[in-house]
Amino acid sequence: MEDEVVLLDFWPSSFAMRVKIALGEKGIKYKCKQEDLFNKSPLLLEMNPIHKKIPVLIHNGKPISESLIILQYIDQVWNHKSPLLPSDPYQRSQALFWADYIDKKIYGIGRRVWMGKEDQEEAKEELMQCLKTLERELGDKLYFGGQNIGVVDVALVPFTTWFYSYETCGNFSIEAGCPKLVAWAKRCKENYRSVSEALPHPLQIYEYVMELKKRLGLV
Amino acid sequence: MAESNVKVLGTWASPFVMRVKIALHLKSVLYEDVEEDLLAPKSELLLKSNPVYKKIPVFFHAHSPICESLIILQYIDEVWTTSASSILPSDPYERSQSRFWAAYVDDKFFPALRRLLIGATEEDKKAALAEVVEGTVVLEGAFGELSKGKAFFGGDNIGFVDIALGSLLGWIEVIGKQCETKLVSEAKTPRLVQWADCFSAHEAVKDVLPDVDKLADFGLKLRAKILKGLAPTN
Repeated sequence: MEDEVVLLDFWPSSFAMRVKIALGEKGIKYKCKQEDLFNKSPLLLEMNPIHKKIPVLIHNGKPISESLIILQYIDQVWNHKSPLLPSDPYQRSQALFWADYIDKKIYGIGRRVWMGKEDQEEAKEELMQCLKTLERELGDKLYFGGQNIGVVDVALVPFTTWFYSYETCGNFSIEAGCPKLVAWAKRCKENYRSVSEALPHPLQIYEYVMELKKRLGLV
Repeated sequence: MAESNVKVLGTWASPFVMRVKIALHLKSVLYEDVEEDLLAPKSELLLKSNPVYKKIPVFFHAHSPICESLIILQYIDEVWTTSASSILPSDPYERSQSRFWAAYVDDKFFPALRRLLIGATEEDKKAALAEVVEGTVVLEGAFGELSKGKAFFGGDNIGFVDIALGSLLGWIEVIGKQCETKLVSEAKTPRLVQWADCFSAHEAVKDVLPDVDKLADFGLKLRAKILKGLAPTN
């Protein structure tokens, strides 16, 4: 029996990119359905009635929402290759801690940076602090997952396509403050096809951000 | 089963700490209880063991600290597997649903509850109350789906979602009394009302339930501290 895997996607979404990377790493064939977040499809509303958000993974008709929950599901079901989580419970707890930290911080703070309102300076400082914290956690490792990418790498790397937008809207350099993190992002894209294929070009994200800002009356 | 290296840094009033203790009770794991005073400056131990958030609970196993209550619960479930009670289901899909609803409690329900507790104006409180009540109705629906006719979200035994939501029952009662309304009502959420009774009476839970009057008193002090802009955010 063939597995039916569908991803409800929105191409600029860092959360959806995480799922694409994971599916790519595991070699899973899936159908990608683009959603218009200003005009959500009946399928999305049916599959995620509580939050009405993407990404949603639909596996043989059953929906799973929330990207980190989806990653853990994918890792458990398709456990034949490319483990995303360590097998040791303590290492696992640390990986989940950092993935959760990225969830709590990066999207919200990044948004305040590109929106460019009165709190932008504060948001820039907070963003740099978070990225520096993550850079310290990376340390001298090749990847957060060690020798190979793991859940923390997958959780964070999509946001790096947004760095150009944060930097341009905020007029600052992330590489200047976090050179090791930027190098790590390059390494992920160069060595992992699942990453380079899932991440749109930073300029495409920037174009999207500018369109969104116009729509929100911010430019 | 006695474990010499198991410690919980927390406070009697915190629902997040309560979650960890319930999980340890379920697994029959003995632990050292270290009390952190939420109304006082943060202790050295807390600042050292949770430098990122500086919040309780912090769980120590063989001196290694683990933070964030739901992550701690998963750790406990993975390490102590000899007990009959599994906190998360083994089926991947059911596991994902348990995680989803626990995340809902933490990301949607709890923040609304907190806003209701610390609401500075009548308007704030009214808006928060509506959100909380809506949340209980959503959770009533989730209970129907997950319990499959049994007593708990976890089925026959208490599980991840039971612990995540059940740990809030003390505060739900206190905040409800403050608003002069039953937040988990017979009218809107009859199954949750029944579940709350079963949960509170459970062996692993009843000894860590906070005294409601003591909690109400603490709630007033905490609210005052938060409104002064000095407080911790859990």
